[in-house]
Amino acid sequence: MLKPSDELREKYLRKDLLPSMFCPGCSIGQIMNYTVRAIDDLEMDQDKLVFVSGIGCSSRLPAYFEAYGVHTTHGRAIAFATGIKVTNPDLQVIVFTGDGDIAAIGLNHFLQSIRRNIDITVICVNNETYGMTGGQVSPTSPMGFKTKTTPYSNIEHSFNLSFLAKAAGAVYVSRWTTAHSVQAIKAIKKGIKKKGLAFIELISACPTSDRRFPEPKDYLNYFLNESIRYKPHCEDELSSHVFKNLNECFTAQDEGKLIVGEITDLDKPDYHELYKELKERSINEFWKKRENTD
Amino acid sequence: MKEITVDELIQPKVQFVTGNDAIVYGALLANCRFFAGYPITPATEILESMTQYLPLLKEGYCIQMEDEIGSIGAIIGASWNNVRTMTATSGPGFSLMQENLGYACMTETPCVIVDVQRTGPSTGQPTKPAQGDVMESRWGTHGDHNIIVLYPNSVQEALWTTIRAFNLADKYRTPVVLLSDAAIAHTRERLEIPLEKEVEIIKRIPVTIDKSKYHPFRTGYSVPSKVPEMDRFGNKYHTYLTGLTHDWKAYPETNSAEVHEKLVRRLYEKIDDNRHDIIKYEEKYLEDADIVIVCYGIASRTVYSAVETAREKGFKVGLFRPITLWPFPEDKIYDISLDIDKFLVIEMNLGQIYHSVLEYSKGNCQVESLFTLGGQLPREKEILKKIRKR
Repeated sequence: MLKPSDELREKYLRKDLLPSMFCPGCSIGQIMNYTVRAIDDLEMDQDKLVFVSGIGCSSRLPAYFEAYGVHTTHGRAIAFATGIKVTNPDLQVIVFTGDGDIAAIGLNHFLQSIRRNIDITVICVNNETYGMTGGQVSPTSPMGFKTKTTPYSNIEHSFNLSFLAKAAGAVYVSRWTTAHSVQAIKAIKKGIKKKGLAFIELISACPTSDRRFPEPKDYLNYFLNESIRYKPHCEDELSSHVFKNLNECFTAQDEGKLIVGEITDLDKPDYHELYKELKERSINEFWKKRENTD
Repeated sequence: MKEITVDELIQPKVQFVTGNDAIVYGALLANCRFFAGYPITPATEILESMTQYLPLLKEGYCIQMEDEIGSIGAIIGASWNNVRTMTATSGPGFSLMQENLGYACMTETPCVIVDVQRTGPSTGQPTKPAQGDVMESRWGTHGDHNIIVLYPNSVQEALWTTIRAFNLADKYRTPVVLLSDAAIAHTRERLEIPLEKEVEIIKRIPVTIDKSKYHPFRTGYSVPSKVPEMDRFGNKYHTYLTGLTHDWKAYPETNSAEVHEKLVRRLYEKIDDNRHDIIKYEEKYLEDADIVIVCYGIASRTVYSAVETAREKGFKVGLFRPITLWPFPEDKIYDISLDIDKFLVIEMNLGQIYHSVLEYSKGNCQVESLFTLGGQLPREKEILKKIRKR
């Protein structure tokens, strides 16, 4: 049974900021809903919860949560989050970001934090455009896409952020569209619980700025009809809706398909565990050295 | 496991070390427990030493970030865990930090940014001292803002100035820029290291009010001040921070001229109203001086002996050395200008503080300059030539 929205709103959102600034048909409200449901299911302590974001529509999300929120500079959310989590590992740090924020200006921070395996959860609202500035091409915009800055269509290849995160060594990566509500909530919960950097990419709609479809509901139809599961260990050999290898995925993506699924789930020690060990080791060495010189 | 104290860590208590070492010691004594940085000449040794010392201290953390933008981002974020934080860089890195420096001003986040100056523009001469970042430290980030900038001139003064930088940052909830240069950074001098108990720590004022009455940017809850009390993450107040113009609840307000003006004026005034607490300077022979040399940082080191030589030769020369560069000691410059014939501004750039001296002496006296470039310290001979020229 799903909990009623008003009950969750009462507990988790800043009511004096509602209604939100998001446009009708925007996916960000759905992602707020999924996140609230995930943190409610996990019974998380709101005092220990810090939402961090950069710049863009998705980055306005932390304001609405009854928890700590930091709306930082463009692309830098993960750098701020790194400082926050490293100096206080008891906090639960969730980063909201968009594709412009994380795939363009902030891509390096994203990849480096995956390499370090900082224990944060990164939720990317990927609407394949710069929504707030009015619909310019982004690094995840498909080739051939007509935008305000590609009036003659986009001639650049696009990034698949989830596969990028997987290649960089992320311990948990999950990719869905906002039409996959159950899977998205499950992925956010799993990501939050995961020790290390978890990345959840949610393909989203921007009916105001990218205007790919006349109606917001058309986006949801597109999401459901064109998405194909990536499932490397699938039993059903003949299924045409399942991909098992990356090359097939990229070919399909170029043809306009949306690859969804749990891309990676593995275990390795996170930064904080290793830092704790390093601290103990270095302090022991210090005292040993001191004894020897005395 | 037995805890290591800073007193145990920094030994012996008198050392022959560099300015970079002194900044590290000062930071540790000031209770700095998080450092994020990126290697850059001539500031790298600060990062190296921090990676060595901080893991040994309780709740001490140090991280080498992917760039200077990430470094300052990390220290601003960490500061909200009620941790004293610092980063160190040089010109190219300092340029990269400017956007987030403004974010720290806007969100009133205490932190210390060390800029060990080298010549520029661009990559310049990485190992040569310069003073070309003085105006950048004041005006580098966009928009109206106020900031505190300190600049010591010796290894010993670097230690105490670093401690002061942390205290001012917490007291006024502002980023503080600590300027140094390649010469102070790498010159070895005698350094007397105080014990932890001999170091005064001025802490931030924590939020204590009832949660229902709390607003992140309302000031004057516990003390009459334009500086708001500071929350920390993991507390109960659920503070929201944004670089957007915000009202006292911290909620974005991007269309109101009134809210913006109120906020920006307060950010300006919280520092400007307290300029007498923040401004520190050294003065010498001002009583009878006809000529006063204004100089700061490493450039002042050759001026001392030039002043002595000039006085031996009968010239009534005085010295005024701001240690706080911003806010600028404008009243003092004005007062001095009333009694003298000439200011001689000596700096290792093509004229930065020169313009402030010109501005605040208000035509009361002449303002002459001696500028050096390319890492060259001002020579005594040239200083004396300027003094002789009437």
